[in-house]
Amino acid sequence: MADPNPARTFADPEDPIIAATVPDHYTPLLDGDPPAGENSRRPLKGFLVILSGLVLVGLLMALIGENGPSVSQDSQQNDLTLNAPAESTNISAQFLEPASRGPSAGVSEKSFRLHSGVRAPFPWSNTMLTWQRTGYHFQPEKNWMNDPNGPMFYGGWYHFFYQYNPDAAVWGNIVWGHAVSKDLIEWLHLPLAMVADQWYDTNGVWTGSATLLSDGQVIMLYTGATNESVQVQNLAYPADLSDPLLVDWVKYPGNPVLVPPPGIDDRDFRDPTTAWYWPDGKWRIAIGSKVNKTGISLVYNTEDFKKYELIEGVLHAVPGTGMWECVDLYPVSLKEDNGLDTSFNGPGVKHVLKASLDDDKNDYYAIGTYSLESGNWTPDNSNLDVGIGLRYDYGKFYASKTFYDQNKQRRILWGWIGETDGESADIKKGWASVQSIPRTVVFDKKTGTNILQWPVAEIKSLRKSSKKFDKLEVGPGSVVTLEVEKATQMDITAEFEIDKEALKRIGESDVEYSCGTSGGSAQRGELGPFGLLLLADEGRCEQTPVYFYVAKGTDGQLKTFFCTDESRSSLANDVDKRIFGSTVPVIKGEKLSMRILVDHSIIESFAQGGRTCITSRVYPTKAIYGAAQLYVFNNATSASITASIQTWAMKSAYIRPYSSHQES
Amino acid sequence: MRSSVFLLCVVGLSLTQIQFSSADLVKQTCRQTPNYDLCVQTLRSDPRSSHADVAGLAMVMVDMIKAKSIATLHRISELLGTAPHPKTKATLRRCAELYDNAVLKADIPSAMEALKTGNPKFAEQGANDAANEADSCERAFSGASPITSFNRSVSDLSRVASAIIRLLL
Repeated sequence: MADPNPARTFADPEDPIIAATVPDHYTPLLDGDPPAGENSRRPLKGFLVILSGLVLVGLLMALIGENGPSVSQDSQQNDLTLNAPAESTNISAQFLEPASRGPSAGVSEKSFRLHSGVRAPFPWSNTMLTWQRTGYHFQPEKNWMNDPNGPMFYGGWYHFFYQYNPDAAVWGNIVWGHAVSKDLIEWLHLPLAMVADQWYDTNGVWTGSATLLSDGQVIMLYTGATNESVQVQNLAYPADLSDPLLVDWVKYPGNPVLVPPPGIDDRDFRDPTTAWYWPDGKWRIAIGSKVNKTGISLVYNTEDFKKYELIEGVLHAVPGTGMWECVDLYPVSLKEDNGLDTSFNGPGVKHVLKASLDDDKNDYYAIGTYSLESGNWTPDNSNLDVGIGLRYDYGKFYASKTFYDQNKQRRILWGWIGETDGESADIKKGWASVQSIPRTVVFDKKTGTNILQWPVAEIKSLRKSSKKFDKLEVGPGSVVTLEVEKATQMDITAEFEIDKEALKRIGESDVEYSCGTSGGSAQRGELGPFGLLLLADEGRCEQTPVYFYVAKGTDGQLKTFFCTDESRSSLANDVDKRIFGSTVPVIKGEKLSMRILVDHSIIESFAQGGRTCITSRVYPTKAIYGAAQLYVFNNATSASITASIQTWAMKSAYIRPYSSHQES
Repeated sequence: MRSSVFLLCVVGLSLTQIQFSSADLVKQTCRQTPNYDLCVQTLRSDPRSSHADVAGLAMVMVDMIKAKSIATLHRISELLGTAPHPKTKATLRRCAELYDNAVLKADIPSAMEALKTGNPKFAEQGANDAANEADSCERAFSGASPITSFNRSVSDLSRVASAIIRLLL
């Protein structure tokens, strides 16, 4: 094939050899442009004094004015390292492809899923695209959605708001969508709660949170992008508190209530949290931001939610983490299984601090102590601080937000699950993004270092026909079909035991395993991988394995990894096909267990009761509708496993627009 | 007399400092993209670049993607008018749809809004999508593309834009 562009003079970054040797372009600072402005007139001393004075003033103003986001060599280094997240990469075991050109070309690892130009783009049919829509996850009827906003329980209803584009299947023109539910599963779509109709939110009605006051008031704080693109915080409240559906909202006429403080960029100030009550009788809220590359959380106090005072210092800061979006701070009980009101503090309680990192599009949390004396939050383990330690979810999961459900005394987490397919497919299918099934959040008493997330119990109301597969022996290198009714909408629980002899025999590994850099389910080890094959067609051309991989690390300790392998999830080339996951702590005596919610193009997986979670978006072309099947597999080289699996076909959830004829 | 010369030098030097600062930012920014030459050339061709911050430079780049995409659509139009082979015709039509519906109606507006309002990750998404669409169109011709330089142009510009936007995160 003739080179279509023989005249290309720049190095082809798709050639891995060249990519590795292309030097960073470095030009010495003072070159190029000749100095300008030689004054050629006969100098007059007085005139010159005035002129040079004016020029110096102008110079000073120009230098101050150019203090926008600073670009330094240091930040370049940080960008490149942040561009290579530890747990995910586009390497596919099956096809010999050059490594993605990501970090070496200064490009985000996430961005380019299309590999070197040999294969044509996938011809998506309407049948395939229609199948992708979920059966029981929250999503609007069409168009783009992103962050969850202001979740709360009020007037007997669970309220959910969300970032929404009423005009297109891509981000833009953002307003607040609204829906209500009795059980967090079946939803009624209501009219838009807030639109961009004020100067202080005309460029975007962005993310915010709700605070319920004891006198029955509902406070909604949200970020507005003003007519001059400054990020400000605004107050809104229901027009009619006696309307349990809270259809109409009023914006406080004195908005904005908060503008970026000195030292904070106009564009680094967003996502106010739910407020918590402080012993001094005032309320506090947190707002994420950054200073250079240090992610921070500012704290304000207020008595009336209209006037605020910036509290000196920050709630917390972690260098190198970049902008903190959607900050969340909430208490968890160390002893009880119920959730706690956001204002709760005291003995027997720890506080989770969470941030969504703009840099790598992941949600990180850390467990720590929130001191009522100092007002500081300190992580239990600074090595696992916010942004450098644990993640809520090791797959596609962002901008998450919790709320206290006073109805059932639970702390509930919502997460935005975006698309990982090609954007032209989103436009063709007319929608983009879903929300995770709401998850309860509790402190993991067994490890003391994790939280546990679990789909809300109400999801079980969708379970119908059940099947049990008890103590299935799956030998090394085998696959067993599990006959189920509807492999595209399932709830699955599975427990695995590795044969004890193999566990004793296992040798040490000199290379540390990692889901993201492994060959996925195709890479065989002595004690793994084994698990389930989801959305697999009969010939298993397409399959999405969710599996455990047990190995002895370089330190001689057994480690368990929990991964989702998208590398063969679809024959299409214009979709992300990563391998995600993480280690999962396994307490002595625990069996390896997983729970999986399969719902068309979304798979939510939970290991060890929700200690490690992975959400995945997949877009099969063949393993759809009736052609999708379920298998259990064991690709270990020497160990047999015993699997006990229970599956339920899931009904679809009733998620429709509300009409006044309906009963509540 | 000496003090006059001194003041003259102060004036001259001050003026050069102002000009150096903005040229610096273009070069500094472009060094962190996969195509320094294209980046500098594109930014310098637009007068806004001389007093823009990094977000502003990204917007200049996104505007260029838009311009090149419009040019690509025109070229596709011209080619369709020459009664091409049916297979080429179908692919050209498909590309027109990608450039029109995806790049111009979705990616560009989304990226521009994100840059303007300070939510750069969505601009990064838009730029990456534009690159993917251009690559997608090129690949659809299976080696016999009549618009390679156009697709390459949009693709390269998009990758540069994406790298600039990354600096804002």
